[in-house]
Amino acid sequence: MRRTVRRLALLAVPLLLGGCNLVVLNPAGDVAQRQGDLVMIATGLMLLIILPVMALTVLFAWRYRAAHRDAPYDPDWDHSTGLELVIWAAPLVIIICLGALTWAGTHLLDPYRPLARIAPDRPVPASVEPLEVNVVALDWKWLFILPEYGIASVNELAAPVDRPIRFRITATSVMNSFYIPALAGQIYAMPGMETTLNAVINRPGEFEGFSANYSGAGFSGMRFRFHGMTEQGFEGWVAQVRRAGETLGRTDFLALQRPSQNAPVRHFSAVDPDLFSAILNMCVEPGRMCQHDMMSIDARGGLGVAGIGSVRRLVRGGAADDGAERPAGSMVASICAIPTFPAARPERAAVSQMRLTGAGLRPPGLERSLPLAVSQLPPGPES
Amino acid sequence: MTTPSDVSPILGKLTLAALPLDQPILVVTFAVVAAGGVALLALLTWFRLWGYLWKEWFTSVDHKKIGIMYLVLGTVMLLRGFADAIMMRLQQAIAFNGSEGYLPPHHYDQIFTAHGVIMIFFVAMPFVTGFMNFVVPLQIGARDVAFPFLNNFSFWMTVGGVILVMMSLFVGEFAKTGWLAYPPLSGITYSPDVGVDYWIWALQVAGVGTTLSGINLIVTIIKLRAPGMSLMKMPVFTWTALCTNVLIVATFPVLTAVLALQGLDRYLGMNFFTSDLGGSAMMYVNLIWIWGHPEVYILILPLFGVFSEVASTFSGKRLFGYTSMVYATVCITILSYLVWLHHFFTMGSGASVNSFFGITTMVISIPTGAKLFNWLFTMYRGRIRFELPMMWTVAFMLTFVVGGMTGVLLAVPPADFVLHNSLFLVAHFHNVIIGGVLFGSFAAINFWFPKAFGFKLDPFWGKISFWCWVVGFWLAFMPLYILGLMGVTRRMRVFDDPSLQIFFITAGVGVAVIACGIAAMLIQFAVSILHRERLRDVTGDPWDGRTLEWATSSPPPEYNFAFTPVVHDLDAWYDMKRRGYQRPLSGFRSIPMPRNTGAGVVLAALSTICGFALIWHIWWLVGLSFIAVIVTAIVHTFDYDRSHRIPAETIADTEALRTQALAAAE
Repeated sequence: MRRTVRRLALLAVPLLLGGCNLVVLNPAGDVAQRQGDLVMIATGLMLLIILPVMALTVLFAWRYRAAHRDAPYDPDWDHSTGLELVIWAAPLVIIICLGALTWAGTHLLDPYRPLARIAPDRPVPASVEPLEVNVVALDWKWLFILPEYGIASVNELAAPVDRPIRFRITATSVMNSFYIPALAGQIYAMPGMETTLNAVINRPGEFEGFSANYSGAGFSGMRFRFHGMTEQGFEGWVAQVRRAGETLGRTDFLALQRPSQNAPVRHFSAVDPDLFSAILNMCVEPGRMCQHDMMSIDARGGLGVAGIGSVRRLVRGGAADDGAERPAGSMVASICAIPTFPAARPERAAVSQMRLTGAGLRPPGLERSLPLAVSQLPPGPES
Repeated sequence: MTTPSDVSPILGKLTLAALPLDQPILVVTFAVVAAGGVALLALLTWFRLWGYLWKEWFTSVDHKKIGIMYLVLGTVMLLRGFADAIMMRLQQAIAFNGSEGYLPPHHYDQIFTAHGVIMIFFVAMPFVTGFMNFVVPLQIGARDVAFPFLNNFSFWMTVGGVILVMMSLFVGEFAKTGWLAYPPLSGITYSPDVGVDYWIWALQVAGVGTTLSGINLIVTIIKLRAPGMSLMKMPVFTWTALCTNVLIVATFPVLTAVLALQGLDRYLGMNFFTSDLGGSAMMYVNLIWIWGHPEVYILILPLFGVFSEVASTFSGKRLFGYTSMVYATVCITILSYLVWLHHFFTMGSGASVNSFFGITTMVISIPTGAKLFNWLFTMYRGRIRFELPMMWTVAFMLTFVVGGMTGVLLAVPPADFVLHNSLFLVAHFHNVIIGGVLFGSFAAINFWFPKAFGFKLDPFWGKISFWCWVVGFWLAFMPLYILGLMGVTRRMRVFDDPSLQIFFITAGVGVAVIACGIAAMLIQFAVSILHRERLRDVTGDPWDGRTLEWATSSPPPEYNFAFTPVVHDLDAWYDMKRRGYQRPLSGFRSIPMPRNTGAGVVLAALSTICGFALIWHIWWLVGLSFIAVIVTAIVHTFDYDRSHRIPAETIADTEALRTQALAAAE
């Protein structure tokens, strides 16, 4: 049924588009494919009512034109209960169908939801762990860290075909949106916050990725290549990255995050394992308090008046330090001698393969944990 | 936040470097604008029009004149906003194959920001407010709005916002953040220049005007309806105006608050919307859209009213399903508060939150669909005269359904994940704003122009404009839908993929066709003024109208109605005509009317100066102008001589002239 609808709807797209690549409707990843299908199904559903309305508009405009004196004219006819019921009910029925589709589709294709399948009728094998990719949107380039391999790259990413990928996404300065149209829908990348995207690539190839949320002067050049590769190809890519001489520690990262436009591809053979957590918690710079520490202190009632002294003014604008003249910002200086937070996240619940129906649509594995449980903190000053 | 050494005590941050002398495009623009401005001022002086303009227009509290001034303002700003559109289309059409185009990011990013801000706040809003101002009191049989001085003040505050935006073109720069200026990008760290401050203060100054005008029109509609006009006998346009103003009063304070918080972040180093020190940019995004989504309905609802009036008038029929039309409008008003999150499904809310907002968004399409059917069945068994307003209405119906469809599509969160921020989205909202708000505005201009000036607009040039707009619209935005499906995102300055270029060139051609439509519209105005005697309408009812505004002369006298009409039926004027209404020819009594005042102009000018001083950190001027605003307002409250009486003889003379004119026309 879905196939038929899609084919019918695709026919509606003018033939002249045959030559161009409608990547949104014809992507290379299962998630994007299902999202694209939903676009077509929803369009088809709505055309059921849009096309008759357009046809009737033209028909009535023609038939009841003033010059056409034979047409009936009924100047006081302004109400018909039956007709009114129909004109409210017809859109209502369509919206009920579309609403049901939306509810199910939104839960099934929630970017936070771990994948249950890698392609139609191909569930994720129990033995396969998703490839974790940590994504950082910088001014104006993308940093990808592959913790499993301890490597990182700028403006280039590769992933093996048919293996689920779990992106953990954040940013250093302003809002961006992480989007590889061939792979899956986008999600915002925001400083001090983490978003998640689960996806899988089903075809080898080279695809475009970019920021889909305007982020300043270098926005247009904030593009990267995403390679879908076979298992061997991917191993080769990892080896190639490992051969790069550069490593990425905190100091290197501070240099990397300075604004640059149209940045070339760079590879890092080794990465500080705590770097992504530090970026996420906005405490890569020495002496800066991590967000999760601040939040847990606040959760326990804060530091009181004494805490005011921990706010420090930066000489130059902190994370945006590109050497250019910027007004000074302020930040909370670290009060912890050594920032401590777990590098790895707690275990996630296994993905339920059950069919989702009704109340069972609650997506599994969504329980988000705080970076640091309050109980793990050292006792606060007041206790 | 700048160090004290950068800020001069006299001029603040303002230096000669603020003038963009290094940017040839701006220098040429400035030269052209300055030459045009000087020519205009010279002409006004030559024809000794200053006194006339000041006495009859600028200080006028007459709702009709203020309405017309809003429309002039909107039209002028349409030209500015459209110039931005042409520049963007040109840049995107040529920036391929390694070419950087002709606009550097510094300039291009200001242009798309200015285009959005101007088109929404200073074109669409003045159009909508202008129509409501002009039409609502006439439709409800009132002599003016409830607070005539406030109305004048509101208008000049809108002008103040416009002046600040226009000033940013030549003094300093405008925001480079996109029209909603999301932080952290719009924060002081990433936008240290004055652009965002221009944005904040232009919208704050204009926002005061919008909020006050909203209050004014609500009170007008609630309190000043003619006897017999119960709520369910109100013309549909007035109903939509009421709902729109309720939306304005409920949402604009949110915008004001967000801008104030953002201002505190930028000026006093607070951290409401930064990621440091416990603030959150996501809060800004939520708040701005809690204003922003109802704003969309603020723009479209009055035009739904216009289409209802036009469809019924030109079909020569009562509006089909008046009651369901009213309920649909009220439904949309309420639902428009429950959908704001659909602008950022991709910010990472959970699936349940996203589906809730997705479904509420879809639910809005039910009353909207009902409205469409109502217009359709108004045409059914009618006798449709295809004058320009009706042509725009049919074009709207055919265009808007497509925009509505893509809108519902974008409300499906998984579909939004692949289309959000793409050119598909850009095509969608232009589809509804051009296809709905602008087409509606053009219908309204052609419909009510004879009421405002006593002669019709030239249909020949009007039809040329119509076809250019309709064809140009489809040419300009269909390629954008396709580009969106090809995964192309908005606000891009340069492109790598050469296969996209043909679509951008097509869109550019479309914009050129729209430019012809705008030119034809301006020619239409000029030709109509030249041939006004041929196009003259003395009846005051050129379209065989149905509502009260057509009961009086065109243009209506200052007092609108010599006797307040009594309403017995929904289509009051149609009902009066059918029952053989006779114009009263004697028994006139004097009418108290509000007196013109310059206080609104002065207050708005001082507020604008205060805004300018805040933008450039000229603190002494901030203090001075702020105190001046307060003092002027207080002094104005002591002005007790606010109304004058039009003597009965003057009214008798005016009405006798009309009687003669009507007799001569027969």
